[in-house]
Amino acid sequence: MSGSADSPPGSAGRITLERVSHRFEDRTVLADLDLVLAERRIAVIGANGSGKSTFARLLNGLQIPSAGRVTVDGLDTRTEGAAVRRRVGFVFQNPDNQIVFPVVEEDVAFGLKNQGVPKAEIPARVDAVLARYGLADHRERATHLLSGGEKQLLALSGVLVTDPAWLVLDEPTTLLDLRNKRRIVDAIRALPQRVVLVTHDLDLVAEADRVLVLDEGRVVADDAPGPATALYSERMA
Amino acid sequence: MIASLYVPRSSPIHALPPGLKVVALMAAGTAVFLIPDPLPVAGALAVVAGLYALARIPARVALAQIRPVLLVLAVIFAAQALLDHWTTGLLVVLRFATLIALAALVTLTTRASAMIEALERGLAPLRHLGLDPAKIGLALSMALRFIPVIAGITREVREAQRARGLDRSIVAVAVPVLLRTLKMADDIAQAMEARGYGGPTGPAAVAAEEARRARGEAP
Repeated sequence: MSGSADSPPGSAGRITLERVSHRFEDRTVLADLDLVLAERRIAVIGANGSGKSTFARLLNGLQIPSAGRVTVDGLDTRTEGAAVRRRVGFVFQNPDNQIVFPVVEEDVAFGLKNQGVPKAEIPARVDAVLARYGLADHRERATHLLSGGEKQLLALSGVLVTDPAWLVLDEPTTLLDLRNKRRIVDAIRALPQRVVLVTHDLDLVAEADRVLVLDEGRVVADDAPGPATALYSERMA
Repeated sequence: MIASLYVPRSSPIHALPPGLKVVALMAAGTAVFLIPDPLPVAGALAVVAGLYALARIPARVALAQIRPVLLVLAVIFAAQALLDHWTTGLLVVLRFATLIALAALVTLTTRASAMIEALERGLAPLRHLGLDPAKIGLALSMALRFIPVIAGITREVREAQRARGLDRSIVAVAVPVLLRTLKMADDIAQAMEARGYGGPTGPAAVAAEEARRARGEAP
């Protein structure tokens, strides 16, 4: 775990949503969510426009709910955004929109610099995470020359180098071919972090400890992968 | 793209501080334009070729730096030869070739990030005028990062419009490119925020939040 704020007693390892609703202008995107997320692998599925991405963004304070409260390990996303973001890493669907720097190692170092990690520590941490995800040979490479899978691995590395306790991934395999998808899935499987995975990929969902099915901003199923996926498939038919 | 022009090597030229290289480039650029005779300038060009060898830049890469401007140099030579004398044309062309080769050598042996860091240090005195060198450096880095991405978007849109028979319409290409770029800018801003940039994200902000929580205060 990163050197972020200590959790209030009894709240570690939990993301809590209390009476959470969210509106964009006059449209309700999420309604009346009351959830405690504590499992190691949680999958979130639902049709396009069901509120999945907004839900994901609530979990690290990128989106503050219109009503209700979200806490991460006891820290309120509304008032303790900095500490929350140090705890919850976020990987977006399109790595091209997440990679900020023109060279691989610079991009991985970005999050560390933002956290005020001493300059002398940064190269070793960057090297370690690049080696872990098979990008060591690309250390000095231009980011725009990487393949799609390598870009997503770089996006993942750029988040994991800061050692967050939670990782939220918003459809991380959607833009990838089968080979690159396998690389990302293997990387996700090996993560020690608690993971909340928003996905359309039912193979990934099958490995989760818990599955939330969203429909029109509401949780219509909160179950094990089998029954949750069956309900989702039924609604999609 | 500048970011992909850098040729990683272990050489004395690579090891020089970027700021020193830029100052040397400016000094050498001024010097070659003060020399009135082609022979010493040709000598300077030979020295630059020697620096390429010292920097272990492959000949193919070195020649690629000057090739795009060969036609321009030929035109300059012809114009000077016609209007004045062929030795004047030779002098001007040698000056430009030396300067371009030297500038390219700086780019080939200096990482964009190191150059930007040097620029940030150089701009540090401007803090007193309210400028933030770190933000300027980040903006330059991001420009280098996203030029190829936006070029890729433009290529995709142009191909899509060509498939619809709209390849001659500037508006049909410009509008989707602009919209996608704006959407991308929004996503990038969110990603930067998620990665701890901007707003209260540093250790001091976290410490302040912790202290407020300990005191039971609202933010």
